[in-house]
Amino acid sequence: MKNIPVSALIGLFFTALYFLMALFAPLIAPYGMAEVVGDVWEPSSAQYLLGTDNIGRDLLSRMIYGGRTTIFVATAATILSFTLGSVLGFFAAVLGGWVDQLLSRFVDLVMSIPTLIFALVVLSVMPVTIPILILVMGLLDSTRVYRLARAVAVDIEVMDYVEAARLRGEKTAWIIFREILPNALSPLVAEMGLRFIFAVLFVSTLSFLGLGVQPPEADWGGIVKENKEGIVYGIPAALIPAVAIATLAISVNLVADWVLNRTTSLKGGRG
Amino acid sequence: MGPALKLVVQRIALGLLLLLACSVLIFAGTMILPGDVAQSILGQSATPEALANLREELGVNDPPVQRYFEWLFNALQGDLGTALTNGLPITESIGNRLGNTLFLAFWAAVISVPLAIFLGLLAVRFKDRWPDKLISAVTLASISIPEFLIGYLLMYLVAVKLRWFPSVSMINDSMSLGEKLSAIAIPVAVLTLVVLAHMMRMTRAAILNVMQSAYIETAELKGLNMFQVIRRHAFPNAIAPIVNVVMLNLAYLVVGVVVIEVVFTYPGMGQYLVDHVSKRDVPVVQACGLIFAAVYIGLNLIADVVSILSNPRLRHPK
Repeated sequence: MKNIPVSALIGLFFTALYFLMALFAPLIAPYGMAEVVGDVWEPSSAQYLLGTDNIGRDLLSRMIYGGRTTIFVATAATILSFTLGSVLGFFAAVLGGWVDQLLSRFVDLVMSIPTLIFALVVLSVMPVTIPILILVMGLLDSTRVYRLARAVAVDIEVMDYVEAARLRGEKTAWIIFREILPNALSPLVAEMGLRFIFAVLFVSTLSFLGLGVQPPEADWGGIVKENKEGIVYGIPAALIPAVAIATLAISVNLVADWVLNRTTSLKGGRG
Repeated sequence: MGPALKLVVQRIALGLLLLLACSVLIFAGTMILPGDVAQSILGQSATPEALANLREELGVNDPPVQRYFEWLFNALQGDLGTALTNGLPITESIGNRLGNTLFLAFWAAVISVPLAIFLGLLAVRFKDRWPDKLISAVTLASISIPEFLIGYLLMYLVAVKLRWFPSVSMINDSMSLGEKLSAIAIPVAVLTLVVLAHMMRMTRAAILNVMQSAYIETAELKGLNMFQVIRRHAFPNAIAPIVNVVMLNLAYLVVGVVVIEVVFTYPGMGQYLVDHVSKRDVPVVQACGLIFAAVYIGLNLIADVVSILSNPRLRHPK
């Protein structure tokens, strides 16, 4: 833990900063989330650090509350996709046979439809609420996690210590959670960072299309949607979320890269 | 051609099967989900009569299997049903828009594919020096920003500040090719940027992989010059991975187009789909979903077929 590279430190710092902002949004934000405080699209000033939005709400406060929603939805979806995807992936690898075939072919099928298109098809008949959004994103993303978890677990499953556990008479659940999970954790954690970024980008895209987080609730994609008319008049309010999303994504990437490098060097560069 | 042909036929059959299964999934996804379609279209305040009428019109009362087969057979004959919102046949509305979308995707592909391969080669040539590092950094940045924000960023800089191109990409049949191209210049640039990063990275990895093989070293050791090594030994072996990369990214382009069309209010399939998802027009969503899935599966199929055909071991069996 002592020689963390500078890039990973920067990444950790910004990631932590964003998560703390999300946690303590009501304490940090200078104004209320839906509070109209000034004129329409005021430029940034000492009073409104980032200016105001399309109906005169303080943009900085909306960005902070929006970050809270975006990060919450993305985190919840990532946790769901990881729990479901990795458990199913491990089960498929350990049980093999028709369970593996059935799950793997179903995952192939879902992955053959672009995620965004599939999400749009499903959201066209479902009420768009935050729990549904998390569920749809988490389930769709769990197919990707399943693939990785299964591939990693298949490698581990043939190790001697797994066979030893089998001969000892351990149950499938023991083998999955006590033998395979600890050894598969590092690649999965690195992948988790990437999946989290995809979840952030995905929920922003859905909100931008008007099919994600619904107003008056704020989120980064929604802020772009609300302020996009301003672009034509040269008002850059809609571009501020770009900075937030990009810095968050890059910092999480830097951390994930470091985790991945650390784990591959532990295995003697086997990758 | 024996084993290669057999593999190709198998792969095409698998693709068709996959498409059929996708149609089931798309149909099931919109029909059997817990949400009541009629209720979500009309909202909470709908009267019971209106709900019953709409259910009748949607055919929700028929058994789902029967409805699926009716829908599938009509779709195979080119009849995608009628839109709930305006009562127009979907096939007619889609025809024109599909053309527009393919026009946009085509120009994005024409620009991005050669550029990505060239930059990928450049990154390999200057591996671990500044051009390689610069390309990696730009790639990381462009992966970290969602497509629609790259769109607005370019719109703000190029259309609003510099006034080079229009910020809205309306096109119609009466425009000449030049006018159309000027209208879609910014969306094409955005799509190019979006797929360029992925394509470049994957091309770089594919070529590096080939260049590290033992036979390249042998070719160098027997005294061939760099050009001949690449032409005779590296290139034929890199075709399959590169075609794969290109096809995967064209498939990615199909999805990117959806969002970009909304940003630039471009009259294509993506905008049509998104519009009707928010209006909860289920038949249109199903039709668009099916077409997007078909294009996506088709491109992946081509990638696999090309990589089978370019494998000399399969083409010339022992």
